[in-house]
Amino acid sequence: MLLLQQAINGVMLGAVYVTMAVAFTLTIGVLNFLNFTIPALFMVSGMIGWSAATNGLPFGLSGPMHWAPALLIGMISAALMSMLIERLSYRYLKARHGDATEHAIPLVSSLGFLLIIENLVRVRFGTDMRGFASPFQGLSFSVGGILVSIPQLASLALSLVTVLLLSWLLRASKVGRAIRAIAENPDAAAIVGVDVRRIVPVVFAATGLLCGLAASIYALNYGEVSPAMGDDIGTKAIAGMVLGGLGSIWGAIAGGLLVGLTEAFSIQVFGSDAIQASVWGLLLIVMILRPQGLFGHNAIGKGKL
Amino acid sequence: MSGYLNGLLSLLCIDVMFAYGVFLPVMAGQLNLGGAGFQALGGYVAAYLAANYGTPIWMTLPLGSLAGALAGVLISLPLARVRGVYLVLATIAFGQVVTGLILASPTLGGAQGIPVPSFVGLPVILPFTIIVILACFYLCATRLGLAMRAVHDDEAVADLMGVSARAIQVISYAVGGAIVGLSGALYAHQFGFVEAQDFDETLSVYVLLYVLLGGVQTAWGPLVGTACFVLIPEALRNLLPKLSALIAQTLHLPIGDAKIDDSWRLVLLGAFTVAMMIWRPQGIVTRTLIERLAHPFGAARQRRAA
Repeated sequence: MLLLQQAINGVMLGAVYVTMAVAFTLTIGVLNFLNFTIPALFMVSGMIGWSAATNGLPFGLSGPMHWAPALLIGMISAALMSMLIERLSYRYLKARHGDATEHAIPLVSSLGFLLIIENLVRVRFGTDMRGFASPFQGLSFSVGGILVSIPQLASLALSLVTVLLLSWLLRASKVGRAIRAIAENPDAAAIVGVDVRRIVPVVFAATGLLCGLAASIYALNYGEVSPAMGDDIGTKAIAGMVLGGLGSIWGAIAGGLLVGLTEAFSIQVFGSDAIQASVWGLLLIVMILRPQGLFGHNAIGKGKL
Repeated sequence: MSGYLNGLLSLLCIDVMFAYGVFLPVMAGQLNLGGAGFQALGGYVAAYLAANYGTPIWMTLPLGSLAGALAGVLISLPLARVRGVYLVLATIAFGQVVTGLILASPTLGGAQGIPVPSFVGLPVILPFTIIVILACFYLCATRLGLAMRAVHDDEAVADLMGVSARAIQVISYAVGGAIVGLSGALYAHQFGFVEAQDFDETLSVYVLLYVLLGGVQTAWGPLVGTACFVLIPEALRNLLPKLSALIAQTLHLPIGDAKIDDSWRLVLLGAFTVAMMIWRPQGIVTRTLIERLAHPFGAARQRRAA
């Protein structure tokens, strides 16, 4: 019974990881680029949402607002920031230096943006954890002695629906087809008439929106945001993405849920000090035994969506 | 020499060694984002032996270094068949597992850390640093260094020419791990205390940035990069508060937090990283720059002759 309760908790915890793992896998699958700004976008979106909800917009444009528009503002700013980052990093970084580590240039650039965003937030908001007044806390029902929290259930449903919608858009819409063409081969996509310069920002905007969604789910469920939340949650989302396999959306869903489950069970068995060791230990073992991840393709680092 | 200068130079030396240890895999085309894990391993081996068995320093330092080398072999051997971003992820996972295991293990002090009884100062650290730097310069001039460079530039071609890319990568991780492990052991003895929180992911990120921004084409890169990013902020320590107060005033940001100056320093490092990636992704020191500096008039004379 206790195990079942832990399993439920783990799956609920997985909702945030799933959303962010899909954001990671989208940029890796399409652009072959490990985007380290994702944890920062997640964090900054939560902090902006918190700030809008408690202080209102800057420069006295509005007073404190309802949580829903506040979180929406957080999501939109994350998407805009992500597009700005694309403009300043990825667009410059085509293979024109004749150097084998050039695949690392966008990665290094995104590490730079990670430092900039995290520390600007620290300058602006300080380093303290902030309480986010969530209207749903404490709502739950029990089935046969097992407690299920309603907002967590709704979040899980929301994140799964979003991911399925994204997967459908990638398969069926015109932009989705263009994105998949770029994922297959950017040069060939350009030859057959895909405007790569217009499609790549779409991927970045989608990444930002997914991070904002993850941050909203996190803020509403846990009732808190902090400048450090990106480091903790974001790195575990990376673990989830790699567990599932790079570039695979279904893999990211499975991996995110698996990380949530591992975390819940390791709290149960070893205590909360062991979370880091068990999540990353599992990842290291999977990488050694099955480097392409549980659902990944053999074309490593260049999966197909 | 003042205590402040002594401490600063010791720290610089340890960081320089750390940077060279991260540099060697990069020279063979592999990014190492788990450097802090190697350093934690070396540091904890030295600290644990010194604290529990009273092991003398001349043994803890080589053993810490050996632990780093073993970890380098163990991580690169199964993972040499994976490429690029996967190996980056594996090194991140390695760093997290090491600090995670330390945090979860009561015998290693968990989150409390271990105090180290024996002290090592600059007179020991400096010779080690100089030896490491000279060894790396020598390595770059040998056939092995040439092979590493070849694997970095094009793995398939290097393999065709009879260089075993996999062996080169394992060697570069092993030697790099040994150097980082040594720097960790020296850190443990110099600082007198180790705790897992000091070796978190951000440390790996900073040192990798020092190396990449310094430039990986020549062995000068890590030295120049680390010196720049450790010494310039130190020199700016007086100037930066005034500057940040001015910026805060113009942007109407709140001031007065003691941690803010440190944050601005990291914002500058991040902005510099982004700018370098746009305009000079090959790093500060390149082969061409070395040639120009070595023959300041050679290039001009050639132009006149042409």
